[in-house]
Parts: sequence; C-alpha cells; structure tokens
Amino acid sequence: MTSLALHPGLVLIAGALVLAVLRGRARGAASVIVPATALYLAWQLPDGVAWSVPFLDYHLALLSGDKLSRLFATVFAIMALGGGLFALNQKNPLELPAAFVYAGAAIGVTLAGDLISVFVFWELMAIGSTLVIWSAGSTSAYRASLRYLMIHLLGGVILMAGIAGHVAELGSIAFQRMALDSPAHWLILAGFLINAGAPPLSAWLPDAYPEASWSGTVFLSAFTTKTAVYVLLRGFPGTEILVYLGLFMVFYGIVYALFENDMRRILAYSIVSQVGFMVTAIGIGTEMALNGAAAHAFAHIIYKALLLMSAGSVLLMTGKRKCTDLGGLFQSMPLTTWCGIIGALSISSFPLTSGFVSKSMISQAAADGHLLVIWLLLAAASAGTFLYAGIKFPWFVFFQKDSGLRPPDPPLNMRLAMLFFSVLCIGLGVYPDSLYAILPYPVEFEPYTGAHVVAQLQLLLFSALAFFVLLGVLRRTPTITLDVDWLYRRLGPSLCVGIAERLARALAGLGRSASSLLSGVLGALHRHHGPQGVLARTWPTGSMALWTVILLLAYLLLYYV
Amino acid sequence: MQEHWLMRPENIKKLWRIFIAILALTIAAEFLVEHEPQFGIDGVFGFNAWFGLLACAGLIALAKLLGVLLKRPDTYYEGGDD
Repeated sequence: MTSLALHPGLVLIAGALVLAVLRGRARGAASVIVPATALYLAWQLPDGVAWSVPFLDYHLALLSGDKLSRLFATVFAIMALGGGLFALNQKNPLELPAAFVYAGAAIGVTLAGDLISVFVFWELMAIGSTLVIWSAGSTSAYRASLRYLMIHLLGGVILMAGIAGHVAELGSIAFQRMALDSPAHWLILAGFLINAGAPPLSAWLPDAYPEASWSGTVFLSAFTTKTAVYVLLRGFPGTEILVYLGLFMVFYGIVYALFENDMRRILAYSIVSQVGFMVTAIGIGTEMALNGAAAHAFAHIIYKALLLMSAGSVLLMTGKRKCTDLGGLFQSMPLTTWCGIIGALSISSFPLTSGFVSKSMISQAAADGHLLVIWLLLAAASAGTFLYAGIKFPWFVFFQKDSGLRPPDPPLNMRLAMLFFSVLCIGLGVYPDSLYAILPYPVEFEPYTGAHVVAQLQLLLFSALAFFVLLGVLRRTPTITLDVDWLYRRLGPSLCVGIAERLARALAGLGRSASSLLSGVLGALHRHHGPQGVLARTWPTGSMALWTVILLLAYLLLYYV
Repeated sequence: MQEHWLMRPENIKKLWRIFIAILALTIAAEFLVEHEPQFGIDGVFGFNAWFGLLACAGLIALAKLLGVLLKRPDTYYEGGDD
C-alpha cells in the first residue's frame, strides 16, 4: 500500500543533492524553498502507513504518520528553514547540503514506522552531521568530526545488534513500545541514549558541536539529540531508569556549563542539560509528562537554535568564541543582543516565552505523580538553567566588560532568521494553545495561573541575584574542563603508547636473549662438530665393532627379559 | 566617544536598586495570588525565592569544587596527539 503522499525527509535530501550543484541566487532561493516544501509536506501527512516497501521478508513502513511524528517532522522542517535562511552567507559549498541531508534523515527517523528504516535514517544522520562538522575546514574540526563519527558508529552498531536481536526474538520489525525484558531491548535503549548525549558517553556533544562553523552548530544543535528524544518517546515511555539518567544529564550540563569559557560550548552543555529534562519526563511516562517532553523538544529546538544563531553571529562578526575575549557587544550589535536575550529567557522558562509553557508541563507531571524529590531537583535545575544560560551567556558575551570590539549586527538574512525564531519563542509562550494543539495527547494544563507565574518569577529572579552576588566566583578564566572524552583523547592514547613502548622493550630483550641462546647453541655445535670437534674426528674400525657388539648384547639381554 | 549609559557606574548603582525593588515586589506578590501548593514545602512563604537562591549557590559551589579537580588550561589538548 503506497499512497501518493510525498516524503518530506526524502524531498529535503533530494533538495540537498540539487543544492550541492547550484550556485548564486538559485542556491539562495533553493536554501529556503526546499525546507519550506518539506514543512508543507509534513503538515499534509495522513495518519497511518503511507509508504510500504517490500524488503527481504519484511515490509518497511518508510512513511508513516501520527501526531507525535508530525510534531517532530514539523519542528525539524522549521529548523531546516530557519537554518537555511541563516546560513545563506556560508562560503563553504558543502555545509548546507550536508545539513539538509542531516535534517532530511532526522525527519526520516520520525516518519519511519519500522526499526530497519529507523536504523537506515539514523546512520544517514551520523554521516550528514559529520560532514557538517567537517565543513568548518579547520584541523581541530576535522579531528573532532572523526571522534564524533567513531562514537556514533559505535552507537549505530549497538543499535543494529539490538534491532537484530529484537527481530530474531519477535519476528516483527514494527517500531513500537518496548519493555526492558531482553538484552536486545537494552541494546536498543543504549543505542538511542548515545545519541541523546546520556552518560557515560555524553562528551561527544560538547567536544564536537562547538568545532563546527558559525552556521553549522545551529543545525547540529537540533537533530541528533531530539531524534533520540523522539525514539525514546515512542519506544521507551515510562522506563524508570530514564528518570535518573535524565536528572544526571540535567545537572551534568549545568555544572559543566557553569565553568565553561567557550560561548558555544556553554550552549552545547546546555543541550545535554535540556535533553535531560525531556529524558526525565519520558521516564515519568504519564500523558502529561510525555506531552511535556514533546513540547519541550519543540520549544528547545527553536530557542537553542536562536541562542546559537546569536553566538554564531558574534563568532562571524568578531572571529572570537571565548567569553574572556568578548563583552560589551550590546553597543554595536543591538539586534543580536536582543535575540540572544529572548533565547536565553526562553531556555530559562521565563513567563511569556516558549520554555515556560513546556518546562512547566514536566514539573507539573512530577507534581501530579507526587514525586517530591524529582520535583525539587527540576526546580533547582530551572534555577540553575537561568544561572548559566539565562544570564551567564548573554552577560559574558554582550555585557560584562568593554572588550573594545564594535562589530555591527550580521547581514540581513541572518537578522531575519533570528527575528523569525524570536517571534516563535514569544509566540509559543504567549499563545501556548497553538503548541498544545499538536501534542500527542489532549492537554488540560494552564501555565498562566497567578501563583505559578509569581513562583517562577521568584525562582528566576533570585537565581539572578545569586549570579550577580557571586559574580566574582564565576569570573571566566581561559580554561577548559576535563570530561569523559579525556579517556579517549588522553588516557587511551597514552596507555597505548605506554603499552607499545613496553612491548617494544620486551621484544628487544627477547631478541637479545634469543640471539645469545642461538650463539650458545652454535658455539656448542662448533665445539662438537667443528674441524677440532670430538664428533668430527675419524673413528677407528675397532671402536665401531665394539659398539656393535655392545648393542647386540643389549638386544639379546632385552629379548630374554 | 560618549560612554553608553549602561557602562556608567552611577547607572549600575541605579540598576541594582531597581533590581532589588523588583525582587521585593515578587515576594510581595505572594499576598495577592491564590496559593496552590503541590506539596507541603512549596507552600512555605517565599519558597521559590530562597530555594532558587540556595540552589544556585549550591550549584556554583559544586562547580567550583569540581573545577579544582577538572580545570586545565585551554591549550591542554593542543599538540595534536588527540
């Protein structure tokens, strides 16, 4: 059964291939028209399986829609559209096509009704995103992209092993809710979690994303982690372990972002932290929590892209990325500053922004389930988010001290892209019903009650007080913070080098003793068989006859015994 | 070049006063809204204010503590052996 519906992800991928050969105005137009078409197609998707393709003994549901998949496909297409507009000035011809393949593959995952299609698009995402990082063109980006690829290929192998086990056990490739009742399902969960940036392998994200170009990081922030959120939402809702993993991610992201100096690495750690909110909600697993996770993913993609657009604009206009080198930019980049602040308020779930309506649903889900500790931790995390992202990011980049830099706002298309996403951040916050209408479950939640707004304002503004009172402690230093990637960037290589050296030394010793043994044997041979050796002398016939007699006597004796 | 008004010290003092006034207002607003505590503890007066302040102080302390162990100069990975 294959209907006439077009696949928005494949349209985006095909458009990317066309984009790769276009230049000039045609390329600029295509950068916007292709994702806009994908967005339109995502909205037109019917419920149920639209494309069914036979493959081996199975039928792949390549295109299959429901409310949850349409929500993610929609926000991915919006992201590709805003990102395409933002990246029009990118000189590297590879980056945007790679980003569109990446975005198309992410949409492909959300619209795949079976595990094999999920896997195919999952791997295509890894390739597209690696190319995006690679396009930055620097040596550090190339190295980071290889580390990134290794982790994602590992994740892919784990996922494939899990899927193979699942199919062998159940004989079905349908992508449905799974319980953690077999090793195969644990492997699938692990494969999903690697892409979500969950521990222990979370360091790939802050290691690789900030190495991409000023426009590349904007795309990277959206797709990989949020497709992971999507597959967790569909495959593992209500799995308790996700609550703890999610809370760990939340605080790991906050603490690392607090002592980070690179402005885009602050935002990269904050992705892990925010995805932690979603993973926690998926672990809670009630309808309110799952709605909250989906809504937060939607809001997060937009405000995080907005934050990275403002950081990308600063990077493009100043060439600097460290807080210690920046400051005072509000004077010459007012629009970038305002858009950065709107993004910062949204991520901090300030009232009237998108984050307020989505994060509140997750807190409410914890409260409804009487999960006091989780609720308190989420509240502390909200305060912490305002601390590092809501204030720290705009403060150190745009205010702080006067760095003497006076760059203007970025070109028109980049300003328009930032305005587009700023309007979405505030629009969703002021009119949450538009977001609630597309959530997977019916919503009965009113974020704007007096008590809730006052409580949130208190929480955030007193966090701001903590920030400014403790500003001396938070002063930026030109440092980095070791993370798990240290294990494979430093410990692993130095262990390998150490082992190799020892092995070489041992081999050399072995070689020495072997050669001395050999020369000993050769010496003995020479002594016995050499020209002067005992065995080399001529023997008289008499002694041979004597030996023969002795042997025959011995034989006779043995015969009688 | 004329300094931006936000950069002048006397204005920063004014901004602090305004900020503290706003903080006081958010506390005062508790008298105006109807409370709907989800648990016992969040019904305590000014709960979100002191909880936010303490949570942030705690997080900063934690970050500072871990920083002692994990901070390195930002040239740490340079040298090309990673």
